[in-house]
Amino acid sequence: MGKTIAEKIFSNHAGQDAHAGDIVIADVDFVMSQDGTSALAIDAIADMGADGVFDSDRVAMVMDHSCPSPLEGVSAIHAKMREFGKESGVHIYDWGCGVCHQLLPESGKIVCGDLVVGCDSHTCTYGALNIFSTGVGSTDGAAAMVSGKLWFKVPETIKVVYTGALPTGVFSKDLILYLAGQIGADGATYKALEFCGPVIDELSVDARMTISNMAIEVGAKAGLMKADEKTLAFFADAERTPNPQAPDDDAVYCDEITIDASSVVPQVAKPHAVDNVSPIDEVAGTPIAEGYLGTCTNGRVEDFAVAAQILDGKHIHPDCRMVVAPASRDIYLACMERGYIQTLVEAGACIVTPGCGPCVGTHNGVPSNGENVISTANRNFKGRMGNSEAFIYLGSPATVAASMLEARITDPREYL
Amino acid sequence: MPIEAKAFKFGDDINTDYIISGKYKFKSNDMDDMAHHAMEELDPNYYDRVSPEGGFLVAGKNFGMGSSREQAPLVLIHSNTKAVIAKSFARIFYRNAINTGLPVVECDTDGIDEGDELSLDMDAGILKDLTKGTEIPFAPLPPVMAKLLADGGLAAHFRKNGGFAL
Repeated sequence: MGKTIAEKIFSNHAGQDAHAGDIVIADVDFVMSQDGTSALAIDAIADMGADGVFDSDRVAMVMDHSCPSPLEGVSAIHAKMREFGKESGVHIYDWGCGVCHQLLPESGKIVCGDLVVGCDSHTCTYGALNIFSTGVGSTDGAAAMVSGKLWFKVPETIKVVYTGALPTGVFSKDLILYLAGQIGADGATYKALEFCGPVIDELSVDARMTISNMAIEVGAKAGLMKADEKTLAFFADAERTPNPQAPDDDAVYCDEITIDASSVVPQVAKPHAVDNVSPIDEVAGTPIAEGYLGTCTNGRVEDFAVAAQILDGKHIHPDCRMVVAPASRDIYLACMERGYIQTLVEAGACIVTPGCGPCVGTHNGVPSNGENVISTANRNFKGRMGNSEAFIYLGSPATVAASMLEARITDPREYL
Repeated sequence: MPIEAKAFKFGDDINTDYIISGKYKFKSNDMDDMAHHAMEELDPNYYDRVSPEGGFLVAGKNFGMGSSREQAPLVLIHSNTKAVIAKSFARIFYRNAINTGLPVVECDTDGIDEGDELSLDMDAGILKDLTKGTEIPFAPLPPVMAKLLADGGLAAHFRKNGGFAL
């Protein structure tokens, strides 16, 4: 019987022929936690009676959710992470490095075919790089850090085929929002997704990561893609050799969904649920007080490129303000070099430290009561950006940038 | 031993931001302190209502969707929530609950109303609605998870066995 990408990666890491439904104890290639989850992981390691990690070169702790620290409590957590880094030798990414889900792929320490766990639900992002990566809690993360292993139920896989071609003004963010609207927030719970088809093949690695990043928003354990020449080029300078895993032709899928990308228009997720999705014409004109460009979903160079293209030579509307956070320091530098940061600042945007702050509501742009926000993030739950009385809409970077010019939700196709 | 407590009823798709908002996650690492904010987005009085005598959090489908924050099951434990009973669970929350020692029961919850007196025996696999006089069948935990829960969670399992012994 043929295997899916998930079944192949688990077979390679569990020392057994692994099929959907099997419970396996598998070797993990890398383990990560961030500043919202590291303190509990460090405590759990102590609670386990362990005196270190299985391989300090395969463990990282990233300060990204609240950097630079806005509170004494956060500073204490950061200090604890640094201290653990000194004791154990694990990689520590301090203030300003960026979002964990951009840093790990950039690090060269994870490659195609790997099994990676991270104490952050959007760890599924690296599925776009042909890595089985999934989010776990701090105690699971601690167990993996200590032993280099974790138990898993090998998931069934839903195949998602994007046919046709992307129309102008429609981006990978719109494709994944459209899927969320179709199958709902629990449409893939306990399952893996495999994204494929000519539209995925055409996308850049950055754009693919946007799709895999949001696999968790439909409940999926992973959002996998095959590796191709673009994936391998991404890993050209990696420390390890990629081991690409393609699905067999006779792999067994529990479901197959086909979406004609040619007919997809810009999509917007409305408050307060990611699967509460509408085509943009149904929400266009909604007043907007704040826009946010960034996050592990859409804080990459091409996201900045399209925002800069739309805002070039213009100024954001006086009734709204814009917060911008590159996903990593490398992206920040690349965007400066290409002039995107200059364009955005001249247009009136506030550039904040690479990290997660605005998205998770820890600092850097908490909206006020009753305000509508349009964001490139992956979640719009009530209170998500730090205020329960605000309303968050999600869209592509182009939709966010266009909306900034009119202080209302705006179809980006009018500006492209 | 069966646990008896009242039902506190919620709806579908309760995400981890509603169980404990991200804005509190950094203010403290003290779960007794954080527990005062448990379920605050949906019921600002949840802690005050549940903590004195304990209770069962009863919900619809996809409970615990969203983030991987282990603070979610921890604040429920520290608010004296005895178990979460829901139609279905999001994957990461389900694992985190077992790992931290919070019992989770997957079953049809439509017949349970707010305030019903429930009796739960995890070992025997019996859930009773004492108010209604009904017994609600539920599937047992997968053996791996039952073992972790019986050991008192994953950290205790590691302490006892020096690693995975499943």
